[in-house]
Amino acid sequence: MSDVRIGVYICHCGKNIAGVIDPAKVAEFASKLPNVVVARDYMYMCSSPGQALIEEDIKKYNLNRVIVAACSPRMHEPTFQAVLRKAGLNPWLLQMVNIREHDTWVHEDTPDKAEEKAKELVAAAVARATHLYEITTEKAPVVKSALVVGGGIAGIRAALDLANAGIKVYLVEKRQSIGGKMAQLDKTFPTLDCSKCILTPLMVDVARHPNIEIYAYSEVVDVSGSAGDFKVKIKLKPTYVDWSKCTGCGVCVEKCPGRAPSEFNEGLGIRKAIYFEFAQAVPRRPVIDPNYCLWFTKGICRVCSKVCPVGAIDYEQKERYVELNVGAIVVAIGYEIYDMTKMVEYGYGKFKNVITGLQLERLSDADGPTKGRIVRLSDGKEPKTIAIVLCAGSRDEKHVKYCCRFGCAAALKHVYYIKHSVPDAKVLVLYTDVRAFGKGFEEFYQKVRSWDDVYFIRGRPAEIFEDKDGSLIFDVYDSNTGQLINVKADLVVLESAVVPPKDWEPLRRLLKVSCDPGGFALELHPKLRPFETTADGIFLAGTIQGPKDIPDTVAHAAAAAAAAIGFLLKGYVESVPYLATVNEDLCSGCSLCASVCPYDAITIEEKEGRRVAKVNVIKCKGCGACAATCPSGAMQQHYFTDTQILSEVSTLAGGAK
Amino acid sequence: MGEGVFEPRIVVFACNWCSYAGIDLAGTSRIKYPHNVRIVKVMCSGRVNPEMVLKALADGADGVLITGCHPGDCHYISGNYKTMRRYFLLRKLLKQLGLEERVRLEWISASEGERWARVATDFVEHIRRLGPLKLKEVMSSE
Repeated sequence: MSDVRIGVYICHCGKNIAGVIDPAKVAEFASKLPNVVVARDYMYMCSSPGQALIEEDIKKYNLNRVIVAACSPRMHEPTFQAVLRKAGLNPWLLQMVNIREHDTWVHEDTPDKAEEKAKELVAAAVARATHLYEITTEKAPVVKSALVVGGGIAGIRAALDLANAGIKVYLVEKRQSIGGKMAQLDKTFPTLDCSKCILTPLMVDVARHPNIEIYAYSEVVDVSGSAGDFKVKIKLKPTYVDWSKCTGCGVCVEKCPGRAPSEFNEGLGIRKAIYFEFAQAVPRRPVIDPNYCLWFTKGICRVCSKVCPVGAIDYEQKERYVELNVGAIVVAIGYEIYDMTKMVEYGYGKFKNVITGLQLERLSDADGPTKGRIVRLSDGKEPKTIAIVLCAGSRDEKHVKYCCRFGCAAALKHVYYIKHSVPDAKVLVLYTDVRAFGKGFEEFYQKVRSWDDVYFIRGRPAEIFEDKDGSLIFDVYDSNTGQLINVKADLVVLESAVVPPKDWEPLRRLLKVSCDPGGFALELHPKLRPFETTADGIFLAGTIQGPKDIPDTVAHAAAAAAAAIGFLLKGYVESVPYLATVNEDLCSGCSLCASVCPYDAITIEEKEGRRVAKVNVIKCKGCGACAATCPSGAMQQHYFTDTQILSEVSTLAGGAK
Repeated sequence: MGEGVFEPRIVVFACNWCSYAGIDLAGTSRIKYPHNVRIVKVMCSGRVNPEMVLKALADGADGVLITGCHPGDCHYISGNYKTMRRYFLLRKLLKQLGLEERVRLEWISASEGERWARVATDFVEHIRRLGPLKLKEVMSSE
């Protein structure tokens, strides 16, 4: 192959690579490899001068293969492909070599071996690059609509931004109403504005928007297709109310004799068996809970049906399914609080006066079960001594390792609730660190710290015990003063850890999105692309990517929407470059390839009296299963042909000479 | 390769979506593991055919690791199940050649940087105990 002209570029990545190995030596080694015309090293290959260096060399030396040994191809492959394109070369004549993540970052203790490894990886890339060839991709149109999963503040913001850009949006919410966790909050920190006052107008905007269709009390049950053209199956759970007839007058709710614990009030207080999630619910359409409805449980009552002025009650209603066709999917399903009963030492679930921060929100809310009065759940009395425990389950090897990112500021807000409800109350804030990092948080922290009878103690409670009167007794070691403090509190508030919702795992598998060690959705890049995923056309909004407070959630959701809008308005998606391809001369039409294809992209067709395999380039997603199965080598995968992989393997197995 | 202690040469096949990302994560988290492993990227572990594994051993590798997404997590729906079936079949062949101890299949997710480091360390030690394969020398001397 005398016409192969390879340029090799070794990046220092500042000290990230050059601090462990000598890139100049690797370049010198590379310059002696077959077909290598030029080999250089440079401080930052990805920088503008670094890119210009490659571009100039391509023209000057008439290069037709480029090897860049630098960071992971998952980071900068598109950057360097753009350089090739700019210089008039097909981008698939680029071969990246990962000498940072796979080498210098993990082998700094053995620099000689790391350098040897870098040389071998470069030699293997040279062997492989010799067999690269030009690849062209095809374009397919994009469906200009989006699915937003989850109707909390993230989903609301993303849906509105998409809809305002002229995109048809389907907003799927599993509960009766949109609003999410933010609707459950009394106030928001550090400004202390009423949560519902800023949220509910947005909920109404969503309901009224001509480009948004809400599917409440619904779930995503299947996703097929691919970026630009997803087919999504939505399950509409039976509400036993015909929402197309219902006017939302609420007479049924008023007259219903059935009682159930209120999920919206975190189990405090009750709701009816036919209910709205909360007073300002959107859509304002009730659902019947068959677990508590007297008709479903005992075969009596039917009061709702009798009082409904429009005959909307339908006890026979079954679940229904809707198929949607969308170009992009925004995942905004939020978070759940960690199950506090798992922290047995705190007695949550066992002792009535141990509650979560979210339960305190419900107690503090004027629309909540106590009409805004903060009380002890055991006897309804006003608590005089309240302990707030930060990092309950968070930053804890036994429970959740990461920080919840809003517990500290929420705790400060909770001090405010308590001092405004019970001005003479004594509040103990038991913290690990107070992380008041957001805009206005530090000022808020200083203000709360200055209040009378508010004590900050650096320590976590040991085991909590319940006294006869329902009070809680525990020891806490204050690591600031070195003293063991005995506390008797009327109420203990746990600022709980945050985890991904339970329904995330099945959805994640449908969407083929990876997760991080905490189980949250894995972003495409932690700094540069935090609202995209490795699955094209699927975007992340809010806390499903990781814990966030409201301002960060809203910013993240708007960014996800902007990315989705850009993706949809571009108008087309390109087929993957790694497509399957058939050498018809070698193909015997055995159809083994077709049997292993997960996308039904391969058919066997008659051609000139023979049977040969044919690949549908839009259906093919480029896994290469067919190429691995083909007994004759007729089926290959672009950029991953047998020859390309085997030449790389052979060099790595044999070592660099 | 250095004098004295045997430094095995190991070829690793890693799928783009889970294992390669997990190996990257070990790097980003600076989790150390032996230098002996050399990663070959494929889009899916289902792309790895037996010839690639045998070629690695024949051309000088002392061990081969195939890594992919955990069952149920495949980016391409079912590629890792195909890998698993093919691997069990390949093991039967390797057993006849006395090489079954030198090839392993492991699931590494994109979040398992630490697990990757453990798997790599463990496999390198395992192959070190087995000693050099020298299949290339044996084959060329015959």
